[in-house]
Amino acid sequence: MVTETRPAPLVVSPRIQGRSRRTPLTWARGGGLSTLVFLLPLLLVFGIFSWIPIGRAVLMSFQETNLVTPSTFVGLQNFKDVLADPLLWTAVKNTLYFALLALLFGYPVPLVAAVVMSEVRRFKGLYSALAYLPVVIPPVVAVLLWKFFYDAGPTGVFNTILGTVGLGPVSWLQDSGSAMPALVLEATWAAAGGTVIIYLAALTGVSTDLYEAAEIDRASIWRKIWHVTLPQLRGVLLITFILQIVGTSQVFLEPFLFTGGGPANSTTTILLLIYDYAFANSLGGEYGAATALSIMLAVVLGILSAIYFRLTRSWSKS
Amino acid sequence: MSRGILSGSDWRRPRIRRTALGVHGVLLLALFAVGLGPMLWLAKAAVTPTQDTLRAPLALWPNGIDWANLSTAWSRVEIDKYFLNTVILAGGSWFVQLLVATTAGFALSVLRPRYGKLLTGVVLATLFVPSVVLLVPLYLTVVDPPLLKASLINSFWAVWLPAGANAFNILIVQRFFANLPREVFEAARVDGAGPFRLFWSVVLPMSRPILGVVSVFAVIAAWKDFLWPLLVLPDPDLQPLSVRLPALQKFVELDVFLAALAISTVIPVALFLVFQRLFLKSGALGGAVKG
Repeated sequence: MVTETRPAPLVVSPRIQGRSRRTPLTWARGGGLSTLVFLLPLLLVFGIFSWIPIGRAVLMSFQETNLVTPSTFVGLQNFKDVLADPLLWTAVKNTLYFALLALLFGYPVPLVAAVVMSEVRRFKGLYSALAYLPVVIPPVVAVLLWKFFYDAGPTGVFNTILGTVGLGPVSWLQDSGSAMPALVLEATWAAAGGTVIIYLAALTGVSTDLYEAAEIDRASIWRKIWHVTLPQLRGVLLITFILQIVGTSQVFLEPFLFTGGGPANSTTTILLLIYDYAFANSLGGEYGAATALSIMLAVVLGILSAIYFRLTRSWSKS
Repeated sequence: MSRGILSGSDWRRPRIRRTALGVHGVLLLALFAVGLGPMLWLAKAAVTPTQDTLRAPLALWPNGIDWANLSTAWSRVEIDKYFLNTVILAGGSWFVQLLVATTAGFALSVLRPRYGKLLTGVVLATLFVPSVVLLVPLYLTVVDPPLLKASLINSFWAVWLPAGANAFNILIVQRFFANLPREVFEAARVDGAGPFRLFWSVVLPMSRPILGVVSVFAVIAAWKDFLWPLLVLPDPDLQPLSVRLPALQKFVELDVFLAALAISTVIPVALFLVFQRLFLKSGALGGAVKG
């Protein structure tokens, strides 16, 4: 073990005697300058493209901003405008619906798949590679491909498959009732593999002693899964749950490319609304309204996560 | 011996064994259908004439294979150009991300200035800000950037530079650097190595695994990115595949369009097949660190 030794006290020359011990000169001699050189990329990139824009977002939500005249403060007007927009509540409802469906479709499937996969003894790599493959496909390609699969005619790909078992044809994206489930189905397909891999990694950490202890008590396989496997996955299950909520409440690509928010605004989500406020009008958008809405979304998500972690803190400790 | 939920004696009982193998088989079939199925269909459709794909989407080449789709997509629809743009965007983002993450990780974990903890906190705090908050102010920053006179709209820098502001990269690189043995740094210092030599000749060569992980994240994220390049690269000649493909759909024939989709998928899938272990490890790490 090397213990850190304090550097020998510097010989204080008479010239700097009497001043404070740390002067810019001693700081530079001690390597402070080269440290700063190494931090320069971080400071520049984060400063210009992260910290200042975050501050500017807060500022802009209270301002009227356009690309021509200087910004003026308008108080809470942006927030009032957004909250008065009837489309907002449609978007909130749709986003909640998307998140709920994504939870129903997407939360149990990766867990079941991962638990089964962890018991596979041969070709384990093949299983995880196949499960992960959809994650690797560029999302835009996936959406455009599925858009074709969702063709509403009887010779659409999915309708042909359904036709072989005597079902359909389903109108998929063209019906306001089935459009959102269709979006969620594709989003789940695209994301499930990533969650499977996270669960598989967590499963390798499950202590096998507990299985043996359970077997001495003659526990069945189901009881072993319920009382040993799942409790040990609790931490990661709690995290993927909140990550999924936070992720799905910011869904953009699927509604933007599949339906553009239609039919009849049945797939307009909050992010789509933010995009429309800011960028749909090529002459310059309602930047104030867009940032006000994005800040509200961020605050709601932040509060939600804080409450969630507070509630689950007591039972996430394993 | 490694074991899972099923014990050795469970595996020896014929009923359990049959059920387990049955479930595994069903899962494998399902994974083939769901994971590989759409890609195989795309590969087939890429070389099938439009009419066949429309009339009988599941039939295998009822009227022969049309290889010309691929070359039409590549040269006439100029997929080659958009492909090159994607590669340039991914390469630049990769470089900026590695530069920022390694230099910052080195400064914060190895050189450890007094204000390091505070700075780390300010960097990691940005992890909690959803990216949507940044969308509009970042766009306005790119339209009228500080320190520069010209707008960055229609410049690759508008994609490259913001990509570097990735707190997740800093987090994993910093953690890795902090776990490197400090004895080695002390030895290098005694041998007269300054901080730059220490960074380039000692720390970076010891960090290949984490640099691989960051590289995979960077390239894949750049390849997937859609909304940001759509906003800052309005000039079609500069757009990457992800931005250009939805627009092409409107004026390109279906068979050629599907060929273009297939070409866009080849590189990420090939990268995955070659660096499978790294991808899966990164994926698992992503989950572990996000917690």
